[in-house]
Amino acid sequence: MAKEIISIIIAALLTENFVMVKFYGICPFLGVSKKVETAMGMGMAVTFVMAIASMITWLVNHFFLQQFNLEYLQTIAFILIIAGLVQFVEMFVKKSMPSLYNALGIYLPLITTNCAVLGVTLLNVQNEYNFFLSFLYGTFAALGFTLAIILMAGIREYLDEKAVAAPFRGFPIALITAGLMAIAFTGFSGFSI
Amino acid sequence: MKGIEVLKRGLITENPTFVQLLGMCPTLAVTTSLKNGLGMGLSATAVLIASNVIISLLRKLIPDKIRIAAYIVIIATAVTLIQMILNAYLPDLASSLGIFIPLIVVNCIILARAEAFASKNTVGKSALDGLGMGLGFTGALCIISAVREILGSGTIWNIQLYGDVIQPASIITLAPGGFIVLGIIIGVINAIKGRHESKAAGERG
Repeated sequence: MAKEIISIIIAALLTENFVMVKFYGICPFLGVSKKVETAMGMGMAVTFVMAIASMITWLVNHFFLQQFNLEYLQTIAFILIIAGLVQFVEMFVKKSMPSLYNALGIYLPLITTNCAVLGVTLLNVQNEYNFFLSFLYGTFAALGFTLAIILMAGIREYLDEKAVAAPFRGFPIALITAGLMAIAFTGFSGFSI
Repeated sequence: MKGIEVLKRGLITENPTFVQLLGMCPTLAVTTSLKNGLGMGLSATAVLIASNVIISLLRKLIPDKIRIAAYIVIIATAVTLIQMILNAYLPDLASSLGIFIPLIVVNCIILARAEAFASKNTVGKSALDGLGMGLGFTGALCIISAVREILGSGTIWNIQLYGDVIQPASIITLAPGGFIVLGIIIGVINAIKGRHESKAAGERG
């Protein structure tokens, strides 16, 4: 059990990093990675949503959908749960952390359509994780996302756009930067316990 | 606006991938081979047409306040249907696209077209818009996946290209190659667009 837990943590953070290796959550990764501070706020919000969503979807899937042979409704049920959860987080952040709320802007409600969240809930079902492992995988996959977005923001704060050829300014150079970061992450591949 | 213009907008002038920069996750994840790229593009096109038509039909019935939730349920239903069809008739494609089929639900292109077009236009135009945007997405995926397959695996549509003469650079089909190839393609398109615009400005002035 301990070995399984450690290998899930390593895979979620490094070897199968959600952003750098599996391509989930690219939109916020490129959209909110201009400042380290907002990137960290985004990472925390996504971590909260992914951890809770992993638990609730496991309960719904196990005690409701599977009992009545309704597994084909998984996608619809999961996206509704996530949308409700994001609404809740939005109200919470707006009330208790107004400065973070303003910094995240449109990207906060867009967590609903962050494919990392729906992706992790579907992967939990696919990998047949139990309740605890689903929660663990959801949390650490989100922390892997947070790690990638903070690293990216750290690089972009120092990136001098004037030095880049005009057609490559903005989005293209961000993609190429992400590509170079991804090369570093492939260095972890094969690392396991 | 004429039908042909609606189509052309999706294919070229407002191409969802290269111009609007939407739906990046599937764009990067499934473009490892032309077959996958085409399969993903056509599946998303089918979902886009179905959701645009249904949302356009119901646009006067859906209350404004809960419209996003209603759109998501409609899109998720369409995706579930496509997933069942693919599993039944194209199991190979379904297994190689894997989890990215259900993830079409959260492809921003589809929600963006529902909100920006289908909720305000007639059924016929919405269907055409879905077709145009879907084919624009498919075309973009085909270009990216063809480049990555030729450079990364040395094949195109699984046909060997250069035999034993050249060893392909496999990193292009891995994650870093996806980011870098897409970055370079968008940069090149920006450069071509910039040249067109300065030419047009030169002719006018």
